[in-house]
Amino acid sequence: MMQYVVRRILYAVPLLLGVNVLTFVLFFIVNSPDDMARMNLGQKHVTPEAIEKWKRERGYDRPLFWNERSPGAAKLTDTIFYDKSVGLFLLRFGRSDNGRNIGADIRQRMWPSLAIAAPALLVGLLVHVSLALMLVFFRLTYLEFWGVALCVVLMSISSLFYIIGGQFVVGKLLQWVPISGYDTGLEAIKFIILPILISVAAGIGSGVRWYRTLFLEEVEKDYVRTARAKGLTEPRVLFTHVLKNAMIPILTGVVVILPQLFMGSLILESFFSIPGLGSYTIDAISQQDFAIVRAMVFLGSALYILGLLLTDISYTLVDPRVRLS
Amino acid sequence: MRTKTVSRLICVLLGLGMLFGCGERPLNDPYPREDDGKNVLYSSFNERPKHLDPAISYSENEYSIISQIYEPPLQYHYLKRPYTLEPNIAEQLPSVVYLDANGQALPEDAREEDIAYSDYVIRIKQGVLFQPHPAFAQNADGTYRYHALTAQQLKRISTIADFAKTGERELTAEDYIYQIKRLVHPQIHSPIAELMKHYIVGMQAFADQVEQRYRSRPQGGTAFFDLRGVALPGVEALDRYAYKVRIRGKYPQFRFWLAMPFFAPMPWEADAFYAQPGLIEKNVTLDWYPVGTGAYMLTENNPNRRIVLMKNPRFHDEAYPAEGEPADAANGYLQDAGKKLPFIDKIVFTLEREIIPYWNKFLQGYYDASSIASDNFDQAIQFTGQGDIELTPAMREKHVKLQTAVTTSIFYMGFNMLDPVVGGYGEKARKLRQAVSIAVDYEEYISIFQNGRGIPAQGILPPDISGHVDGQAGINPYVYDWADGAPRRKSIEAAKKLLAEAGYPEGREPAGGKPLVLYLDTVARGPDDKAMLDWYRKQFAKLGIQLVLRTTDYNQFQQKMLAGNAQIFMWGWNADYPDPENFFFLLYGPNAKVEKGGENAVNYKNREFDRLFEKMRNMDDGVERLGLIQELQEIIRRDAPWIFGFHPKSFALYHDWYYNLKPNLMANNETKYLRIDAARREARQKAWNRPVYWPIPLAVVLFFIFLLPAWLSYRQRMRATAL
Repeated sequence: MMQYVVRRILYAVPLLLGVNVLTFVLFFIVNSPDDMARMNLGQKHVTPEAIEKWKRERGYDRPLFWNERSPGAAKLTDTIFYDKSVGLFLLRFGRSDNGRNIGADIRQRMWPSLAIAAPALLVGLLVHVSLALMLVFFRLTYLEFWGVALCVVLMSISSLFYIIGGQFVVGKLLQWVPISGYDTGLEAIKFIILPILISVAAGIGSGVRWYRTLFLEEVEKDYVRTARAKGLTEPRVLFTHVLKNAMIPILTGVVVILPQLFMGSLILESFFSIPGLGSYTIDAISQQDFAIVRAMVFLGSALYILGLLLTDISYTLVDPRVRLS
Repeated sequence: MRTKTVSRLICVLLGLGMLFGCGERPLNDPYPREDDGKNVLYSSFNERPKHLDPAISYSENEYSIISQIYEPPLQYHYLKRPYTLEPNIAEQLPSVVYLDANGQALPEDAREEDIAYSDYVIRIKQGVLFQPHPAFAQNADGTYRYHALTAQQLKRISTIADFAKTGERELTAEDYIYQIKRLVHPQIHSPIAELMKHYIVGMQAFADQVEQRYRSRPQGGTAFFDLRGVALPGVEALDRYAYKVRIRGKYPQFRFWLAMPFFAPMPWEADAFYAQPGLIEKNVTLDWYPVGTGAYMLTENNPNRRIVLMKNPRFHDEAYPAEGEPADAANGYLQDAGKKLPFIDKIVFTLEREIIPYWNKFLQGYYDASSIASDNFDQAIQFTGQGDIELTPAMREKHVKLQTAVTTSIFYMGFNMLDPVVGGYGEKARKLRQAVSIAVDYEEYISIFQNGRGIPAQGILPPDISGHVDGQAGINPYVYDWADGAPRRKSIEAAKKLLAEAGYPEGREPAGGKPLVLYLDTVARGPDDKAMLDWYRKQFAKLGIQLVLRTTDYNQFQQKMLAGNAQIFMWGWNADYPDPENFFFLLYGPNAKVEKGGENAVNYKNREFDRLFEKMRNMDDGVERLGLIQELQEIIRRDAPWIFGFHPKSFALYHDWYYNLKPNLMANNETKYLRIDAARREARQKAWNRPVYWPIPLAVVLFFIFLLPAWLSYRQRMRATAL
């Protein structure tokens, strides 16, 4: 398996390089270094000299990919792309365009993101699996029909509605928790309850339908018929046998998103003023901070690849039939 | 068994209810318990400030923080209008000495062309101290305790609050000089660096010298680049408490710059302290942790969550003003006259990205004041039968107060004067622009899109700027008539007549009779702006002109403006200082955007205008200057390079525990004058934020009701026999 893991890590290098090139090209199609300078220098009294000085200081006064004026290998290395990309592969994110250490920012901001995403994932998993099992239990009854219909309705509602509606009802009308904000330590609890609840509620429609499909596949299998034939009760069949066997796709589905939890949620964090990595990315995009955008895209890609690798490994752990080679 | 379970559930619910009910503190209070009832001002920011370095910061959200910390020599009087400069750290307003080319002093009334230099001499107060800060902390032997941090020391440091010791030092004239030098520091991108190189004698040469030294300094040494070793000829210390700035020619507007944080003092110790790479790695930099002499000092800076300022224990003596406008006493603004500043102990700025939670928190009493977004306007404001504005009953019930002020800004529609159709200085092009100026009905625009928050502009100068004239004498006679004691926009027929005279009868091209097509370049925004852009199209359609909208992103818009490719566009300007020069320069020929990259976005060039502007800009206020201003207004009203759109009106809501809040659009250091009644706020917060518990038992009952069919179905299934 070690060989497989090493091979997958090596595969990741060209993938990440490709993502990096794509981000770079897309960003600089939309923005030029002059635009970035103007954005950072403000709107008043921005002279061409000031723009040139900003670019020189930040290393944006060089060509993007190929520096004709430099000798030898420097033609490639004395460019914006090389300068801004190589460090990423060593997880050196460098400085943002307004001078902050991106690595320190990421280390600081991943915790609030995790504080929301991790409980939301666990509670969501529990709620969604339980409800899906209930629907399966009541399959072929009007309860299942209306349950699935409700799931479709819930899926059709925008996540913004859940957020604004949740803030309005729980924060404003009932006045149980602060409408938005964040704090550290135990004080954080009152701020994260609502985003977690909303996150769970917003995922019920799709989550329950997905798990229901997995369970329905299982309940038609021979071992379930055998279990019933042995005289086991339906709840026991579902919660002991079906759930256990359906855990493989559930587990692998969860493992793939585990690394992504660090990245946070763009909209949820923005509405609740949670200082996580999701809002960090949104800020960077709106401020045209290329250094942060490229770091976050790179990190997101790397974590996604890591998630896929972990999924493959988890297959071997939960299903002895699977062997990685 | 089942009864027992239900009873347990009810007990748990009752217990929870009692737990919530017994606590006096509202459950939704977003602030820490230890701040309850304290003299804290709660404010917000919706975008994290990019910079808190006084050499760089130039935006409103940054000024709202650093202006409480850094103290330039001058400030605006908090209550007086029109805006008046007064000494802040300076002992008195700077004395200005005019010099000829040989350095000989000239009389005060010397002709401008004879003045080669102006010396501004500023004497500061003695005994003013910087805030306590680790940069000043010293060891017993006089060396600086934290200027050479070891890796071991750095391990324990994450923020500025982690330093065990702080020190303090008296403010001297050298600190002001150091900051002026920082404006051209190679690593600092000050937005006024180029401007000041032009005005301060020797600044350009100093910048070149510093740049050269910076580039050639040995690598691997200390990161602190000490500016003290390089002399700046135009700025010199006269003694410990006085310094002189020599300006090229006559530039009276320099006094306004002296009231901005760019000219606040900076101790070299702070620069040396923050230059340590170990601190930069942890984002502990001067750009994030200011060091000043102001009423407040920054103690917590998490720009992703909150920024906290605490009262500076070393703040010098300053008293609340005892005089202001005639109505100030009646309005309660002089109640605290003569009392020592500041009144508030702590200011908490919380990050609030979205309008909805921000507004609701204001209504819950968790923010002391609020602006009004368009979405909330109807909740807060209503119009009386006479068309006046007033607070809605819901606001009055909460004792909320409203304050309005016309800002020192202008939003305008510009005609690119280089454009072959709308530009140029011929009679026809002028009449075309005048006709469009009449057709675009900004009264309607303000009513529809600004909720009445603005006044139509009659010229380039907003109210409260010297030279602005109210009443009949102040109207734009090319767009308005004076009728029934108020300006009335000319009829569309008058506009059509002008258009016909311009060669476009009924809005059609002279050759071929095709409709005249004009192009409006605008920054692409969301679907919300569609209605507004449609409205603009309709305004032009009133004249038979087809308006084509060319939406683009802001970067491309800027490129178009720089290249002169836009035909008609919309833009705005917010005053740097309350002087007409700061508006008229937007139409000064040598500032043309295409040629010089300046702020004259319409590329207007009128020799007469330029001549009068050059005469007016450096003139002292007086009758002659006012006359010149009116002449300048007349020229641009006639030439109509802009459609003078409107001056926005700011609306602010604040709670009744908030005192001394008088709009001052020039001063940003107003927090030291504000006062709050924390006890009243706490009482109101408790009254407004009583949690509602009845939905809990209701939800439980509903849950069981919905569970019932499932339970019945379950029982039925369990009792069913196999086929």
